Amino acid sequence: MDVVAAPQKHTVVRRGPLRLLLSILRLGGIGVNARFWVSIGLLSAILIFGLLGPALLGKRDPLRIVGGLYDPPSSKVWLGTDNFGRDVFTQLMYGTRTSLTIGLIAGAIATGIGVAIGTLAGFRGGMVEEALMGFTNVVITIPSIVILILLSIAVQSRSILAMGLIIGITSWPWTARAVRAQTASLRAREHLDIARLSGAGTLSLILWDIIPYMFSYIFMAFVLQFASGILQEAALSLLGLGPSNTISLGIMLHWSLLWEAVRTGAWWAFFPPTVFLTVIAFALLLLQSSLDEIFNPRLRRK
Amino acid sequence: MSPFQRYLLTKTGWYLLAFFLAIAANFYLPRLIPGNPVDALVARMAAGGGAEGEALRRIYQHYISEFGLDRPMWEQFLVYLGNLARGDLGTSFSVFPARVSDLILKALPWTIALQLPAILLGWILGNTLGAIAAYRGGWFDRGAFVGSLFISSIPYYCLAIMLLYGLAVALPIFPAGGGYSYGRLPTLSWSFLMDALRHYWLPFLSLVLIFIGGQAVGMRSMAIYELNSDYVNYARSLGVPDRRIISYIFRNAMLPQVTGLALSIGSLVGGALITEIVFGYPGIGTLLFSAIRQNDYPLIQGVTLLIVIGILLANYLVDIAYGLIDPRVRAVQAGER
Repeated sequence: MDVVAAPQKHTVVRRGPLRLLLSILRLGGIGVNARFWVSIGLLSAILIFGLLGPALLGKRDPLRIVGGLYDPPSSKVWLGTDNFGRDVFTQLMYGTRTSLTIGLIAGAIATGIGVAIGTLAGFRGGMVEEALMGFTNVVITIPSIVILILLSIAVQSRSILAMGLIIGITSWPWTARAVRAQTASLRAREHLDIARLSGAGTLSLILWDIIPYMFSYIFMAFVLQFASGILQEAALSLLGLGPSNTISLGIMLHWSLLWEAVRTGAWWAFFPPTVFLTVIAFALLLLQSSLDEIFNPRLRRK
Repeated sequence: MSPFQRYLLTKTGWYLLAFFLAIAANFYLPRLIPGNPVDALVARMAAGGGAEGEALRRIYQHYISEFGLDRPMWEQFLVYLGNLARGDLGTSFSVFPARVSDLILKALPWTIALQLPAILLGWILGNTLGAIAAYRGGWFDRGAFVGSLFISSIPYYCLAIMLLYGLAVALPIFPAGGGYSYGRLPTLSWSFLMDALRHYWLPFLSLVLIFIGGQAVGMRSMAIYELNSDYVNYARSLGVPDRRIISYIFRNAMLPQVTGLALSIGSLVGGALITEIVFGYPGIGTLLFSAIRQNDYPLIQGVTLLIVIGILLANYLVDIAYGLIDPRVRAVQAGER
């Protein structure tokens, strides 16, 4: 079989998770992609800050009141206090963690639903495809911010998990559409015929013969969904519809806008979350665009 | 039936379905709130001491009959649809006897005046920049690309906050928010317009920068994709002059950009809600913000409905335009391929 496949011009590179990692490391290592390493560096720094920070510096309660209204930074409160007199530095650590968690849940759910619907539609074709894609196209046209606002209002007490769920179930259609197109192009490949002949069912075909072939694609879609999940959470929180009884980067911004931190010059209350959101969004986009060039050599320039 | 008519018909059908689902969500989701929103509202009014006794009872009756809360759900939905058909979006909770439609109509011109010029200017500048970067290559491309990527990846509200602090608080060049000076009344006089213009630049700048970045990144990658395509290689091998090839490339790369322009005009109402909140600009975003804070459900529903209508309409028009321009789209839809 290999002998037949070898002379083909466009050979298929099988991209399982391990190969994926290897190809990233190899191409990144020889400096094809400095952007990749910058984004990885930024993301690791933020991850360490958000995940290990609270543990290393002792578990302080981010909602505890330690000072007055907008106390400036000092040796006791490194980034000053917010409008309720809570420590901004502690809030920043926990807020980063909350925002990342919500983005992760939302990204995983959106990618999961999108891949499930996209592969099923692309693989089965016919009526199944038409019904699923019709549904997807209807959902795509209804703006997600509207459904997000309405759902957040309907769910009065929003946990971190609920926020992730709400955002995840409103943002899958783009992934579904893109994955369907990829699947449809894989459907006619020979290895699928062989798997079918040996009696594999739809689920097994999708899991072992379709998804591994577009793993890089799915991973990039996940990175985008992750980034957009974090930003959606921040937007909702800014509108006053964020998670309850916790702190997130968006909620920090919400309070500092409501209490006029910007106009009174209390930069420590709004600047750190603004910078964090920007850096997270930038790093994830950079990661996505550099992965795109690693996987898709046509996008590379000399 | 001609293929185009059939295409038009199926598209219209799908969009009507989407519109219906959006209206149903708009109607149903706020009703999932535990308890009766009217009870909560009246309790708050009573606690605030704003209205009592007979007046309170009349307000209560007004809302109960307006929402039809004493009737079954499907009947409420029909009442809601009937009201919508007459353009009646209900009465605001927070600004009591004001009609929701009046509040929205008062805020909408501000939002349009802020967003539409920003979208158009950002689109023109961004596409020019992206096209030049793709064609020139080298350091110009690298600088423009990383710069645009950075600008466009900044969440638009973060850029707004930084600009507000940098150019209105730290360096007080622009007024720190609002649509016009405090204490003025919106009139159509020259001095009011000049005052409004002074407040306009900063939010405008924050939106234009983001649009330029996004458009430039998109245009650059489209143009690079076209630069590497077969027809370009073929034209080169035939000795077609560069100038000619470039005009082909940019015409092909423009199509998705034009679609993008139409879609961003359609989503302008909901596209930058938080910009207005950051700057205290008296548009739809600020209206929604105060509606959410005061649990003003009719007003929230009115705003979300407006956002939905704008986006569905833009998508619909783009789809129809594509059907007219591109015969392949028609063929796919009509099931001929």
